[in-house]
Amino acid sequence: MKLSGAEIFVECLKREGVEIVFGYPGGVVLPIYDEIFKKDYFRHILVRHEQAALHAANGYARAAGKCGVALVTSGPGATNAVTGLADSYMDSIPTVCFSGQVPTAMIGTDAFQEADTVGITRSATKHNFLVKRVEDLALTIRQAFHIATTGRPGPVLIDIPKDVSTATCEFHYPEKVEMRSYKPVTRGHTAQVKRAVTALLGAKRPVIYSGGGVMNSRGSAELLTELMGKLNFPITQTLMGLGGVPYDDERFLGMLGMHGTYEANMAVSHSDLLLAVGARFDDRVTGKLEAFAPDAKIIHIDIDPSSISKNVHAHLPIVGDVKVVLGQILKELEAKGKQPDAEALKIWWHQITEWRSKDCLNFTQDMNGPIKPQYVVSQLHEKTGGDAIITTEVGQHQMWAAQFYGFKQPHRWITSGGLGTMGFGLPAAIGAQLAFPDETVIDIAGESSLLMNIQELSTAMQCKAPVKIAILNNGFMGMVRQWQEMFFGSRYSHSYCESLPDFAKVAEAFGGVGYRIEKPEDVGPTIEKALAIRDRFVLMDFSVTREENVYPMVPAGAGLHEMVLS
Amino acid sequence: MKHTISILVENEFGVLTRIAGLFSARGYNIESLNVAPTLDYTASRMTLVTRGNEKVIEQIKKQLNKLIPVIRVEDLTNQSHMERGMMLVKVQATEKTRAEVLRMAEVFRASVVDVSEASYTLELTGKENKLEAFLRMLEPHGIIEMTRTGPVGMRRGAKGFSVD
Repeated sequence: MKLSGAEIFVECLKREGVEIVFGYPGGVVLPIYDEIFKKDYFRHILVRHEQAALHAANGYARAAGKCGVALVTSGPGATNAVTGLADSYMDSIPTVCFSGQVPTAMIGTDAFQEADTVGITRSATKHNFLVKRVEDLALTIRQAFHIATTGRPGPVLIDIPKDVSTATCEFHYPEKVEMRSYKPVTRGHTAQVKRAVTALLGAKRPVIYSGGGVMNSRGSAELLTELMGKLNFPITQTLMGLGGVPYDDERFLGMLGMHGTYEANMAVSHSDLLLAVGARFDDRVTGKLEAFAPDAKIIHIDIDPSSISKNVHAHLPIVGDVKVVLGQILKELEAKGKQPDAEALKIWWHQITEWRSKDCLNFTQDMNGPIKPQYVVSQLHEKTGGDAIITTEVGQHQMWAAQFYGFKQPHRWITSGGLGTMGFGLPAAIGAQLAFPDETVIDIAGESSLLMNIQELSTAMQCKAPVKIAILNNGFMGMVRQWQEMFFGSRYSHSYCESLPDFAKVAEAFGGVGYRIEKPEDVGPTIEKALAIRDRFVLMDFSVTREENVYPMVPAGAGLHEMVLS
Repeated sequence: MKHTISILVENEFGVLTRIAGLFSARGYNIESLNVAPTLDYTASRMTLVTRGNEKVIEQIKKQLNKLIPVIRVEDLTNQSHMERGMMLVKVQATEKTRAEVLRMAEVFRASVVDVSEASYTLELTGKENKLEAFLRMLEPHGIIEMTRTGPVGMRRGAKGFSVD
């Protein structure tokens, strides 16, 4: 039977098991939208800006463990999507974005709403396609989902000219997808695994350092926790890796890096063996490269060969899927039947306990003073039992959320790590909420970030996503202000907003519930009230100390051991 | 150090931009690049010459392999291999110098591909240094224009470089 391109589109998405598409219609995607209307195969969430479609798809993908899908129109629709694509690319989040394109005959003529979408998004995607013939559409969609979700995941864009959606051809859905140029390795090299186990058993000052790869390889967090337990090794995590092991396990040292804990950064700096699991030695993690874990033998497990020895030389690389390789390591450990050096570990743990006793994240909330942002995050943890799905925007509030929330499980922490996109949290929260309608989803936000995509309150209302938004409102672009205070003589050049809206009223204007909280004693009760509301979104605008800084902090260009504690 | 890298890619539109884009985005240099379809028309073969220390070259190879349409990457530099480039050079030929230019072409085994009252156009194939030497010898006679390819290269011996 002959189908049109638009019909093939919906048929393919159905077969890929797509349940939700985040999108925004426009001229050249109307044939596709018409088919979505007729077939009703999946839920379509109408966003208010295409950037938000990609962030929502990102949040959905990370919470649900599925591929996020977005649909945008040509020209401005596609260019608006670029930030969202770049964000998913940096954080390796599986997403497929469909963009409309002007008819093939008009490509290159500067037609209305024409943009060179494939050219513009080439460096913001794992791969992209321009479909020129309707006959190629089904295979391209199949390949796009395959590429997005396998290997090191990432966003893939498919640009579909209008005449390709309307042209017809015989529909064949390719059941299998085989690409001779794309065959990611998942299993670790056996000899390397053996060498790694020998090194692990011989280590005297080991540290496990895990990252976002653990989130992308579903089921690997359990194995990571098992390995940590078997070896009794300390573990630290990157911003992207939080939740990889339960936060309250005593072997968890907290996050490392620029705003990592004292114990995590000191342990890494003094380690003799570093087991990097699905982490990419980002500059926010390593600080000054020469001073990063100078005495450590580095074992690096990563599915992307180009991540290995890119920034820091890996003495023992293992290319493969984190879950598969951790399974191999556990098996090899068992086969060897040996224990790590208990005597050395005892001394090492003693040292770590001493570092830990600095209690570097300590803060005091004066119940008669202004609200501390750290207190709000701690209260959010307490009232949700550490079980909520947390998204964030970017800045100080993001770091406080990372430091103080405490995650019991993986896939409950959704933040823009690599690109650092302000405006990410609200649409991501909507995406996560749609994946888990009955769970509590909280966007911990800054007032400046939230304003970047605040129009998405309208999306939350329309799709009945009862997300909670907790603004740590200090009236500044907090992280910018902190840097200006520390490195630019406290000259707060354009890092504050003078005419901020009344956020509670904004929330109400969009149809949700809004609270303004100014006293510490009201923090807990307001959160409780907010958590009880399930039929609409709730915005909590916490007025917090204006010039609080995020500590500890490793100044840019310094080594991890040179962190400033207060 | 200079490296010559063979790359086998899917013969599809945009693949050259992906390679070029990768080099510009990551701050690597392309010294020369040759692309043409192989015997199997679904694949193209590129010979790319770049410079960098060992770490940079390693990263270049990994990044190339990471591109979806790239099928194979091989660094020829540290293996026994051959490289050849081709050059067309138009040189002035007066009554006095015609014979000398022709003699030089003969010495280098260049062929004459075009003749006019005042010029010869010569074609020469060979290693980079041979092409350079030829240019040096022609220089005094007055080079009107010159165009050349970067080198193409392959490994010596019976082993091939193909899709499978």
